[in-house]
Amino acid sequence: MSASDDKLQEGATDSAINAVSRNHEKNEQADNAGGIVILFFIIGLAASMIVGWIVFPKLLYSQKDQPISFSHAIHNLEVEDGCESCHFFREDGTFSGVPKLEQCIDCHEEVQGESADEAYFVEEYVNKGREVPWLIYSRQPDCVFFSHAAHVKKGEMECNTCHGPIEDSDNLKPYQENRLTGVSRDIWGYNIGGFKKNIWDRMKMDDCAECHKKSLGVKDACFVCHK
Amino acid sequence: MKIDRRSFLALSIGSTAGIHLTPLPWKLMDDMSIWTQNWPWTPVPQDGAASYVNSVCGLCTAGCGIRVRKIENRAVKIEGLPGHPVNDGRICSLGLSGLQLLYGGTRVKTPLKRIGERGAGQWQKISWKQVIDEISKKLSEQRKSGNPQTLGAICNSDRGTTSHLLNRFLTVYGSPNFLRTPSVQSSYEIATTIMNGSSGTVGFDLENSDYILSFGSGLLDGWVSPVRMIRAHSIWKDKKARVVQIEPRLSHTAAKADQWIAIKPGTNAALALGIAHVIIKEKLYDKNFVEKYGFGFEEWKDEKGQTHKGFKQSVLENYTPANVAEITGIDVAAIISVAKDFAKSAKPVALCGSGDGGAPVNLNEMMAVHALNALKGAINNKGGLQIVPNPDYILWPESEMDKTASKGIQTERVDGAGGKKYAQARSLLNRLPEVINASSESPLQTLLVYNANPIYTMADSVAVKEAFSKIPLIVSFSPYMDETASYSDYILPNHTYLERYEDSATPYGSVQQLISLARPVVDPLFNTKQTGDVIISLAKAMGGHIAKAFPWKNYRACLEKTLGDKWKTLAEHGYIVAKKDKAPDTASAKFDFAAQAVNTDSKNDAVAPADFKPADLDGDVTAFPLVLIPYDTMRLASGFVGTPPFVIKTVGDYILKENDSCVDINPQTAAKLGLTEGNKVILTTPKNKASVRVHLSEGILPGLIALPRGLGHSAYDKFLAGKGVNFNALYAPMTDPVSGLDMTWGVRAKISKA
Repeated sequence: MSASDDKLQEGATDSAINAVSRNHEKNEQADNAGGIVILFFIIGLAASMIVGWIVFPKLLYSQKDQPISFSHAIHNLEVEDGCESCHFFREDGTFSGVPKLEQCIDCHEEVQGESADEAYFVEEYVNKGREVPWLIYSRQPDCVFFSHAAHVKKGEMECNTCHGPIEDSDNLKPYQENRLTGVSRDIWGYNIGGFKKNIWDRMKMDDCAECHKKSLGVKDACFVCHK
Repeated sequence: MKIDRRSFLALSIGSTAGIHLTPLPWKLMDDMSIWTQNWPWTPVPQDGAASYVNSVCGLCTAGCGIRVRKIENRAVKIEGLPGHPVNDGRICSLGLSGLQLLYGGTRVKTPLKRIGERGAGQWQKISWKQVIDEISKKLSEQRKSGNPQTLGAICNSDRGTTSHLLNRFLTVYGSPNFLRTPSVQSSYEIATTIMNGSSGTVGFDLENSDYILSFGSGLLDGWVSPVRMIRAHSIWKDKKARVVQIEPRLSHTAAKADQWIAIKPGTNAALALGIAHVIIKEKLYDKNFVEKYGFGFEEWKDEKGQTHKGFKQSVLENYTPANVAEITGIDVAAIISVAKDFAKSAKPVALCGSGDGGAPVNLNEMMAVHALNALKGAINNKGGLQIVPNPDYILWPESEMDKTASKGIQTERVDGAGGKKYAQARSLLNRLPEVINASSESPLQTLLVYNANPIYTMADSVAVKEAFSKIPLIVSFSPYMDETASYSDYILPNHTYLERYEDSATPYGSVQQLISLARPVVDPLFNTKQTGDVIISLAKAMGGHIAKAFPWKNYRACLEKTLGDKWKTLAEHGYIVAKKDKAPDTASAKFDFAAQAVNTDSKNDAVAPADFKPADLDGDVTAFPLVLIPYDTMRLASGFVGTPPFVIKTVGDYILKENDSCVDINPQTAAKLGLTEGNKVILTTPKNKASVRVHLSEGILPGLIALPRGLGHSAYDKFLAGKGVNFNALYAPMTDPVSGLDMTWGVRAKISKA
């Protein structure tokens, strides 16, 4: 082997060493880069989870207050017939829903008590003969047919099975409206994930079907509710 | 740390994965599906308490009872009123669609004053106060000129308080020119006055007849009371009553009849007399009735002592089945068998008046057909023609007249009705255009139009428009922007029939004496006013004796006072059926087979029931080789109310194809002209021409073509305007020489390829 060969060999070894160390650096760099990728993945994951769980519901729903304050608890003590005193069935079996001014006037023709809200109600609505533009929490979209008579009269269900213990509430919660569909938040439920603790937490189709399945044994066909 | 492309990839993968671990995509998907199933721009019917209001339909003269379902204050459905004497819970397609006339786009929403050229559609909104002020001032000025008779009014009826108020206004103003839209009822009124000596409302007890001989009456094509007739048809089927339909075209009535006799148009009177001939010859007539109650059946003497041939002799001499067969184009055997069947039936009835009864009939035919009823004693008897006493509940004190009024009211009517020539007629609206166009200055200076649309419904639209253009002031009370309203100077919109009180009396064709009261179903939607109120306000604004003649505070007060003790029942039930008096007294007025009132030698145009006078159509036979006849269908309203969108959708494409009217034509005639189904052709008459389509039909006599009435509107909405051809625009009226009414049954025409 000639000297030049040695040199060559040395050179080769050097370059081999260099190559190894370069590889080592590269591996280190790759490890770093992998961390960054994971980091970015996690950032993406976390950010979108925050958006999906926290920001999105805030953006999706607008919030309004009812036109006047109202206590179901106080009224429930005053009336004789429970819920049906104001939310009654008409003679033809249809459900009256939210009371009209006509029912309110039965008691509120004059200001009752000393609350400023009451005075405002009598002045603005009773005296002017204007209907109160109540915001209805439990109104289903128009594509849904629902009969109160079938559930309450025939099925002998209690109002609070679906509406919750509303009779004990002292005030009306703010009304949240879906900006896309115009439907009240109460239908989907306040848990954006759709999880519920109580029957009355949600009023979606699956919730109807669940109860139908339990009590009637079948989930029922589309046309039962979507006429 | 170096951020590179992979970092961004990682970020987006992380975000994508993360977002799927949140409810966002699933919730949005759900919301999207709710949104797409409930488009925010689709109207959703209001929810609320349902209620019903009972009232009376005002869309035709039948006066069906209606029951309107409401949700809160919105009317949502019109149904027939169960138990009502006219329709007993049933309703026709027009009545059913009435809500479109309430909520639809053809309403006049506030009083309007014309600002552009007449008919140009340029209007200015004006307050009620101002419009009453302006019109009353104009009327006062016109009256001061000493010619109060230049005020005229056109109205669909002379019954009901609103019409009476309008008529009373004219009377105290000093004008006799209250003009009524003519119909077959006008012809019957004249015929019964001449032959029965009484002019009640003519009714037909068709449900109880066992043989119905109909000379072209469209019993199942909207005649008089469509709902009642559909029910009567079922009764006939159950009872095996026989219906014979005589007309040149296979109408629905003809198709559903037991026998269809295709007759040459315009020869109905000859056939009636041919049938009478057989009945008399075979001695099948009701001898008892004819001898006891008839006059002029045998030879008779007039006041001067002159002897005249009796009905019997004239008919026996001139109308043998062979003669009649030649005139009418019907087999001798058919004439004889129909005559025998008619005569041998226990409760037969004969009636005439073509189509839905909207058009009058010539007196000649009317009397000949009416004589058939007399031959069988089918007058004021079960199953026959009945003369129902006219309503008499509007009893107002005579109004005080001043000099101008007394003088004006004595002048001859502008249409000549009740004058020397047309003594029997009460109103001849059909003559108005001719009279106006013949004079340099219009004999009417102001015209009030209520419940009528003469520019559309009268014959020869061009002449009608010309005549109207010569009237300086036209005031329309129409709730809709119809043809006449759009050609007026002021529109004082009435409430629609679902927003107002309105009384009506026994409809034509009904055998029951009926008073009905329509009531507001909903509060008025717009700034409109009951015409009765407007007339009262106008009278009050004019002051003096005119104001005095209208002592009522408003229309409602007037109505309540007028109906008196009936008000309560009417307000509760909507109608009152008067109890029938004792058996009708036919003896007091004999049935005049001779029709002396119009059959004296002193009259040039004398006409006897036993005569058939062929009426020749205008125009040259070689230039116009075909004859165009109109026909009615239940799916098209041809009167002053336009067909609503729902109903126009039910019209078949053999009546209206795209925007063209179709004419029925026999394939034989079509082959001669080289035409096939659906061809677009030009239909020309001596008066006008129009583009139509050909519909081949075996159900029409060769040489004839038939066009449906009720199309060809230029007003109303896009659903009706510009569709088809108006038959009324294609012919000039033929004036009956005796009654003065329009007796047109057809018009000469030709067809050429477009």
